[in-house]
Amino acid sequence: MNLVDLSGNLLFTAFVAYLAGTILFGGAVKGSKNEASASNKRWGKLGITVTIIGFLAHLSYFITRWIASGHAPVSNMFEFTTAFGMLLVGAAILFYFLYKSPLVGLFALPIAIVILGYAAMFPRDIQPLIPALQSHWLTIHVITAALGEAILAISAVVGLIYLLKNIDLTKKSKERTWLEFIMFTLVLVLGFIVVTVGFRAAGYEAAFDYVDKNGAQAEVVYHMPALFGMNEYSAKTEGTMQPLAEMPAIINAKTLTTFTWSVITGIILYFLIRLISRRRIAELVKPLAVKANSQLMDEIGYRSVLIGFPVFTLGALIFAMIWAHEAWSRFWGWDPKEVWALITWLFYAAYLHLRLSRGWEGRKSAWLAVIGFAIIMFNLVAVNLVIAGLHSYA
Amino acid sequence: MSFIKCECGHQNPEGTDICQNCGRPLSKEEKSKRLADMRYDGAAIRSKTHKRSIVDKIWNFFSSVKIGVSIIIAILVASAIGTILPQVFYVPATSEAQAAQYYEDNYGLFGKIYNALGLSDLYGSWWFMTLVGMLGISLVVVSLDRGIPLYKSLKNQRVDRHPSFLKRQRLYGEGNVQDPDAVMQKAAEKLKEKRYKIREKNGALLAEKGRWARWGPYVNHLGLILFLFGVMLRALPGFYVDESMWIREGEISAVKGAPGLYLENKGFSFDMYTQENTNEVFSEAIDRVGSVASNYQTDVALYETPEGALPGSTNAELVKEYSIVVNKPLKHEGFHIFQMDFKLDELSAMTFALEQKESGESLGELTVNLADPQKEYDLGNGAKVELLDYYPDFSGFEDGEPQTATPVPNNPAFLFKMTTPETPEGETSFVAIRQTLEPLGENTYKLAFQSADTRDVSGLTVRKDKTIPVIALGGLIFMIGVVQGSYFNHRRFWIRKSDDGRIQVAGHTSKNWVALQRELDAVTEHAGLPAYTDQRDKEGHSDKSEGVSNT
Repeated sequence: MNLVDLSGNLLFTAFVAYLAGTILFGGAVKGSKNEASASNKRWGKLGITVTIIGFLAHLSYFITRWIASGHAPVSNMFEFTTAFGMLLVGAAILFYFLYKSPLVGLFALPIAIVILGYAAMFPRDIQPLIPALQSHWLTIHVITAALGEAILAISAVVGLIYLLKNIDLTKKSKERTWLEFIMFTLVLVLGFIVVTVGFRAAGYEAAFDYVDKNGAQAEVVYHMPALFGMNEYSAKTEGTMQPLAEMPAIINAKTLTTFTWSVITGIILYFLIRLISRRRIAELVKPLAVKANSQLMDEIGYRSVLIGFPVFTLGALIFAMIWAHEAWSRFWGWDPKEVWALITWLFYAAYLHLRLSRGWEGRKSAWLAVIGFAIIMFNLVAVNLVIAGLHSYA
Repeated sequence: MSFIKCECGHQNPEGTDICQNCGRPLSKEEKSKRLADMRYDGAAIRSKTHKRSIVDKIWNFFSSVKIGVSIIIAILVASAIGTILPQVFYVPATSEAQAAQYYEDNYGLFGKIYNALGLSDLYGSWWFMTLVGMLGISLVVVSLDRGIPLYKSLKNQRVDRHPSFLKRQRLYGEGNVQDPDAVMQKAAEKLKEKRYKIREKNGALLAEKGRWARWGPYVNHLGLILFLFGVMLRALPGFYVDESMWIREGEISAVKGAPGLYLENKGFSFDMYTQENTNEVFSEAIDRVGSVASNYQTDVALYETPEGALPGSTNAELVKEYSIVVNKPLKHEGFHIFQMDFKLDELSAMTFALEQKESGESLGELTVNLADPQKEYDLGNGAKVELLDYYPDFSGFEDGEPQTATPVPNNPAFLFKMTTPETPEGETSFVAIRQTLEPLGENTYKLAFQSADTRDVSGLTVRKDKTIPVIALGGLIFMIGVVQGSYFNHRRFWIRKSDDGRIQVAGHTSKNWVALQRELDAVTEHAGLPAYTDQRDKEGHSDKSEGVSNT
């Protein structure tokens, strides 16, 4: 077995361990009456042990891939997202030891699993570095920024627990709707994974010629039946579905097709779940959260912002500026990715000020933490794939 | 300034929430709260006490955290809007009209409106800069408004606070103990062991540590102010140079914006990853993607005219030779020269043969150096070619006159006059790539294209930014402040015994209450202090009791 295969197997091991860890943490929470007792249960200890094993396997994936390629494996969408998942689990482990709450693990691991699943949908081959990325700042900047984001994400994890516990799901309210919306977006990501894996297993491929926005001829290969066609497309593969509509050149119809398929699949999945369980997803998950201590969740959320904010500032802004100064001749250029890092930073700055001076604790704070995570995810997903800029490496 | 007199007799400035001497609640609002508002230790802040003059009103506006957060959110939203479409500096347009056209062509009506509203240059707009400026002012005002009273309050804090002050702390416990003095002494011991500074007075004890963490926010605000100041400095002449230049292989050219510096382009190279030249782990990716660039490099020599040399003097001395690649700019005296762009295979010279059309007999060859075309080329034996006119980037005819779009030799065209012994009058020929015109009638001779030489052109950016030290210092101070405020905690315990043997204990921290509780747990266990509760945690009591019963 060569290093690259070994690396892939280690990542799979981590994935399986996280699944097992989720189940064990679930057992710890289910078998206890409340927060303080749950941590004493054998299940909790088993859960964290398996999680740590998974994390070590994940870390070994990272190191072996690093050795194989000669650069830190954070240079494209698959690598970055996988690393982010790893750091999220690392942050969850850190907070488990700080507060001994298995609930953090129970909710962080599924999110890490979804993130890993999402990462696996992108090309996994090892790519050589383009000139702009050939710098040790790639390692320093990206890993620090991702670590900061992972720590900040913990605040969203406990924020979600806080909201699940404290929002009354029996009464109609805006909060109940939004909470269900969060659950729905998680199902959407699953929809993306299911539909991608499905068409991939079926070996679907359809090639088109099209005219790109600079007026040049180009070729594109869809891996899903084309709902939307690229600008002035013509089909090259026989017997495949013809696009339902043609898009102008500035819209990437392939991305739009993938997005639409994901949404369709996500909606079907969501309604299947609703139909079978006859409940909202939030209601299904709520029993796991009711044992949380609200004050402790609020405390963990605040603490994770306090720990994550300086790390994020250092990685995503300061190191970013130093590198930008070396590579692009200016430390700041209003590139969309830079701007969204600034937006994330401003948002958490607002979180801290609202909390300190205006007493936004508990529920308001929890909502802010969830929105903060949404901004981080937007920067990872939409800014890379939709908004074109200097950071579009994926 | 008016004062509020506390029951204890202390004169507090107006606006004080908690008596700075004994800790009793003073304001009506404060009295109505179950727990003390410890944000600035209850001290009067300027914006709450001065409300009359215009200056006060402006001050109060900027000192409001509500306003501060609103400014932050406004900048946030504006920044987000600016990423919807590419900003004008990322758009391939050289004029405003071209840019407007670009937005309309590419993004339709939305693009037209976006550009017309000025959103395509949002970050350079006056209102965006005003927002950032307001944030800067807010940072200064808030820091002074809150920082100074907090500093004074903590510096002058008293040890023996009124029982009501302790009772209104979030962590609070009270109860009877057998030997209050021994308990107090043991508590002090344990707290000292935990590196608390202990002060005792009249049967009351104040233990405190990490007060400096409270200055973190003010330090990081100072860093931000410095950072913004550094950015503002750029507007001053001489602080900031930003030029781009194209330099052809073999050329020596003055470095733009850097008087006295000259750069020679000794060669540009552009490399790709191939299956052969890289590690085999990349082979799958190279197969999938096709071609991936591996290096852009300009080998240069930097020259400088010695100081005191006459203007225009050419005796420049070699400073150094360097290979500029992406991520490794050439650095010299504060100037950074970056590899930013390139153009491969620009025409540098073209060779023609003067041929008799019918026989194809050649009278000789001439080579036109496109960077330095000659007026006349003598081929010997009475044959010569005059270059009447040269159009480096021929773009067609206008009113019968050939036009050039740019001075760059992208599509060179020439107007030649050929003189031979056979045609002593001379014949005129217009020669462009794949096109020959004979404007003044049929010629006997022609200039046949033989070969062309090409060279690469490097696109370099020259930067000098004297504001970097100020900006870097601002960033550093910000980081120090934010770490100071986030990773360290200000913790205080008050313990008080009353004459009847009761002991009160209270704790406060700027953050991380769980850790504070752990410390108090340890002290309680060691000294036998009365049990405390977290008065904020409504679910906590049952948790704790069950947690204990399980162990």
